[in-house]
Amino acid sequence: MKHFGKFTGVLLGASALMAVSAGAVELNIVHGAIGKDNEVLRKELDRYEEMTGNTVNIVSMPESTTDQFGQYKLWLSAKSPDIDVYRIDVIGAPQLADHFVDLTEATADIIDQFVPAAVESQTVDGKLVALPMFLGAPALYYRTDLLEKYDQPVPETWDQMTETAKVIMDGERAEGNGDMWGFVFQGAPYEGLTCNGQEWIYSYGGGRIVELDGSIGINNPEAAEALNMAKSWVGTIAPQGVLNYMEEDARGVFQSGNAVFMRNWNYAYALADGPDSPVKGKFDVTTLPVGGEGDSSAATLGGWHLAVSKYSPNPDEAIELVKFLNNFENQKERAIETSRPPTVTAVYDDPEVAEAQPFIPRWKPVVLNALPRPSAATKRKYNEVSSEFWTAVHDTLSGDGTAEQNLAKLEAKLKRLRGNGW
Amino acid sequence: MAEPVEKSTLSHQRVVSAWVFLAPMLAVLAVVAVYPLVRTIYFGFTDASIDFPGQAQWIGFRNYLEYLDFGDGTGEFYGLLADPDWWRAVWNTLRFTFFSVLFETIFGMVIALVLNTQFPGRALVRAAVLIPWAIPTIVSAKMWAWMMHDQFGILNDILMKLHIIAEPVAWTANPDTALLAVLIVDIWKTTPFMALLILAGLQMVPKDMYEAAKLDGIHPVRVFRKVTLPLIMPAVLVAIVFRALDALRVFDIVYVLTPNNPNTATMSVFARENLFDFDQFAYGSAASTLLFLIIALLTIGFIRATRMNLGGER
Repeated sequence: MKHFGKFTGVLLGASALMAVSAGAVELNIVHGAIGKDNEVLRKELDRYEEMTGNTVNIVSMPESTTDQFGQYKLWLSAKSPDIDVYRIDVIGAPQLADHFVDLTEATADIIDQFVPAAVESQTVDGKLVALPMFLGAPALYYRTDLLEKYDQPVPETWDQMTETAKVIMDGERAEGNGDMWGFVFQGAPYEGLTCNGQEWIYSYGGGRIVELDGSIGINNPEAAEALNMAKSWVGTIAPQGVLNYMEEDARGVFQSGNAVFMRNWNYAYALADGPDSPVKGKFDVTTLPVGGEGDSSAATLGGWHLAVSKYSPNPDEAIELVKFLNNFENQKERAIETSRPPTVTAVYDDPEVAEAQPFIPRWKPVVLNALPRPSAATKRKYNEVSSEFWTAVHDTLSGDGTAEQNLAKLEAKLKRLRGNGW
Repeated sequence: MAEPVEKSTLSHQRVVSAWVFLAPMLAVLAVVAVYPLVRTIYFGFTDASIDFPGQAQWIGFRNYLEYLDFGDGTGEFYGLLADPDWWRAVWNTLRFTFFSVLFETIFGMVIALVLNTQFPGRALVRAAVLIPWAIPTIVSAKMWAWMMHDQFGILNDILMKLHIIAEPVAWTANPDTALLAVLIVDIWKTTPFMALLILAGLQMVPKDMYEAAKLDGIHPVRVFRKVTLPLIMPAVLVAIVFRALDALRVFDIVYVLTPNNPNTATMSVFARENLFDFDQFAYGSAASTLLFLIIALLTIGFIRATRMNLGGER
């Protein structure tokens, strides 16, 4: 029966498409567009279409990964055949593993070219649920011209950054630039705040939200210190509105020249360095600051990866498409045009990439040592864990309870959520 | 089945044809309304997950309330009825509903009274007033989100130029103004709807009553209180019920303007989050069921309290 169903499905699909052009299929890829993602993807898809005769449509989604995940889950639990390829957040694919095709066999010949940490993050119980497309690791963006003007060094600790931001902001405002701010980041209650929050806490030696072994140690003085520091920014060096900022809000402020520092992902580099950008040539990036001496900098491992839906009527073509989009040439092009760190190791060492985006080769060690979110430890409960965490951080930032109170509450909620085990 | 009085063939035929005409609608209702509702209520009593709803196990009332004995003499209540996040969502929803419906009714009434008078260009104004209602909620919410943006928003710009505020307000981010921001957008959007319903009521008031009052030299405010208001009250009450039903299940405005913010999260937002974002499909179903119950009870209560005549009987 099963084979028969599949067979008729293929027949139906084939006969429907026969009318259009012999052998060609129509594929749909879905993703949330930030920056130049759509533009570059379309260019690559055009080449694919020319090469294979298949057509590929882009289905665009909202910017927030939290919003995208809900929609993906709906499509997949309804076993919708509408979408063939999902571009999905590094934390998303493992949670939806049951709905995706195992790519292990199809990629056996090329998988060695990929960054091992990226492949590992997409492997669930030995099954490769998504082929890594590009990685993400945030950076501290800073205005070289302003640091020079006020004779300030590039900050290494959060305290230094806070002070420098204040000095420059006050100076610029005194000179009449009333819109100047010291630091912008992603403070809206969503997945992005989980990333920011765990970076602050980890870089203060406060550990992870949930440790690798599943234990919960988040309620500690270092974590509270980190959150108190972040709270001190809101309304002083960061605008009050940062409590509702996502990536593009922060970039908007920084790129229009109204912020000294910004925490953002790599994609913002290509845009802020674009020909029409007011801050072109006036900024650089460095690793995120640390809490104090002996602490290590933390950069959250991000990234977007391509998964093939089990319910796709054309799984073979979809797998081919995923492999095509992630081949060396396309990754190289993406690295040059969007400044997204690639997942194919060789691209980091490519001289043309180094020339166009000097940022990328420098970012190789940051990406390789990036801090993953506890999605592996907490499995299907990850989204709820993350939501509890960002709520605790957001409450603290907006002054609803102290860091100590909110962390204690968070610890209790996480323990309750864990129950007998993740 | 025995009928005490034998019905005439004619009335029997009419009953039969009434059912025949009703049947398609009842069938459609059963498929699109009753079935999902019953299924949602059922899932609220199971441990269903969204990935595999077929494997759901019956667990009774545990999604609603359950006492968990820790075995050492202590224990804790779990479930929706003991969940502070749920009660916060209920409270947010009630506050939102009360204030939005209150202001929409007042403003709607004022606009309706203006539109009910004769003045040149009235048709044009009537059409213009409807624009906010005609724009899809999701579009107007996003539009307002930009207007309320603390750095690029036009709202702060205008208020600062008028010297009403000294520095930009982060309308949707600040916990003190988040609910206010949502209310402003909702009131802007839905006042035309209220105005339209109330205007319909106003047009039913016989003109000769006003002429008589004018001849007697009665003050317009008194005319409004003694003549207009009682006559349009049924229309206003129906409008309020419609609006309150809508407001109690508000989702889109809150979700676009202040996503994931516990200060404004309503019951619908809470349910959606558990249904789709978290691995808590059954819990979300239970929340949806409670949402349904709360709306039903409040509506029945309101209709009873105001002795509204919905059946059309005299």
